[in-house]
Amino acid sequence: MQRSRVYLDAGGSQPLSRRVADALAAGIADGWADPTRLSTESRRSRALLEGSREAIADVLGTRPEHIHFLPSPHLAFERVIAGIVAARRGSDRIIVGATERDALMDAAHAAVGDAVETIPVDIHGHVDADALEAAVGVPGVALAAVQHANQEIGTIQRLDRIADITASAAVPLLVDATASIGHIDPPSRWDALVGHAADWGGPAGIAFIATTPRTRWLPVWAGRDGFSPGGVNVALALAAAVALQEREELRSETDARLRRLVDTVRDGVSTLDGIDLVGDPHERLPHVLTFSCLYADGETLVSELDRVGFAIGSGSACATGTLEPSRVLAAVGALTHGNVRLSLPPTVTAADIDAFLMELPPALQRIRSRLGAPPAGS
Amino acid sequence: MTDPENEVVDARGTACPVPIIMLAKAARAHGPGATLTVLVTDVAARLDVPAWARMTGHRFLGEKETDGGALALTVRLDS
Repeated sequence: MQRSRVYLDAGGSQPLSRRVADALAAGIADGWADPTRLSTESRRSRALLEGSREAIADVLGTRPEHIHFLPSPHLAFERVIAGIVAARRGSDRIIVGATERDALMDAAHAAVGDAVETIPVDIHGHVDADALEAAVGVPGVALAAVQHANQEIGTIQRLDRIADITASAAVPLLVDATASIGHIDPPSRWDALVGHAADWGGPAGIAFIATTPRTRWLPVWAGRDGFSPGGVNVALALAAAVALQEREELRSETDARLRRLVDTVRDGVSTLDGIDLVGDPHERLPHVLTFSCLYADGETLVSELDRVGFAIGSGSACATGTLEPSRVLAAVGALTHGNVRLSLPPTVTAADIDAFLMELPPALQRIRSRLGAPPAGS
Repeated sequence: MTDPENEVVDARGTACPVPIIMLAKAARAHGPGATLTVLVTDVAARLDVPAWARMTGHRFLGEKETDGGALALTVRLDS
């Protein structure tokens, strides 16, 4: 195979740009000292860490002291949900959208057990605002969580309306912005927000919670810094901040280009038989697309395309390592087998996408004939 | 006796996408108005039978649990 590999599975992990790799190396060289101590070395670490907080806070329109680094979105959700629930004495129910991340759902259940109410979404994945309004209007709600945009299907939630609803009910709103930060304008109204560096081209192992001066939370850790106990890896924080700055600088160019490439894939696959395109075609992330193929299994699609040089994701049950298909696909009523999940890194070219669209139909055909499937138009 | 206009497809023990392929193959033998019930144990089929019906212009009528712990999903062929 002459063509080099094409990576189309950039959600949550992607190669570092040269600038980000350099920042990581600089962070390791200069930010190794404990930033909480008093020595010259520690002050240098602290300056790098404070600069990183400031850069991220700038993008979000908040203040550096409200940025709390954690090693993963999972821990960020766990800390922020537990902290807000602890501050809402007497209220112990959590309202979530049906397409929230598993990590957020797990953290919600860990905090309040079964008292998690799910709000349905429409066929494009938008949260039912009327149902949300009814749910937060009932006394006893500690927190509502609605994501900014979905990591699988790309749909952007209508957060202005949602923030109006939660604000009128005086219920804090947690926004999972892990899929959107660095890709679209950040949301403007939230009480707490979670971001994840690897989703914007930063290194793995660093996420953050952002809060506001109004956010009420209690540290659920007995020691110092109840939100992010144990300190921060300064090199990762620095590389995360540099990656976000780089994405923001390049965003207007990458946004338009990736949007066109996703539209090319949408148009290309919609000419094939038996394709279910998932997610809002307009109110969406620029770089994410999901579709499902009738009479094919996701696991084999992933390996067939991998064999011919393309890394893709899949939310099909057989490809997730569990027996359950993606909750997101289930929530929007999409076909769950034969699922292809694309998340384009900024380095993808039009030639890469043309090559993908050349290889997909024969790969699909091979799988369908192996399974003895009927023609996909029926 | 199998009523030709009300066929039961036994896809128990198979995993996605096999139950949908079995259903689609059976559908080709029937015309509009026929109903097909597919018996499944695969959890994804519960989502995929309604999605298949939507994509192929048929109508999903509903689901019922059977005594053996399988799910019976019924569609009416509209095309």
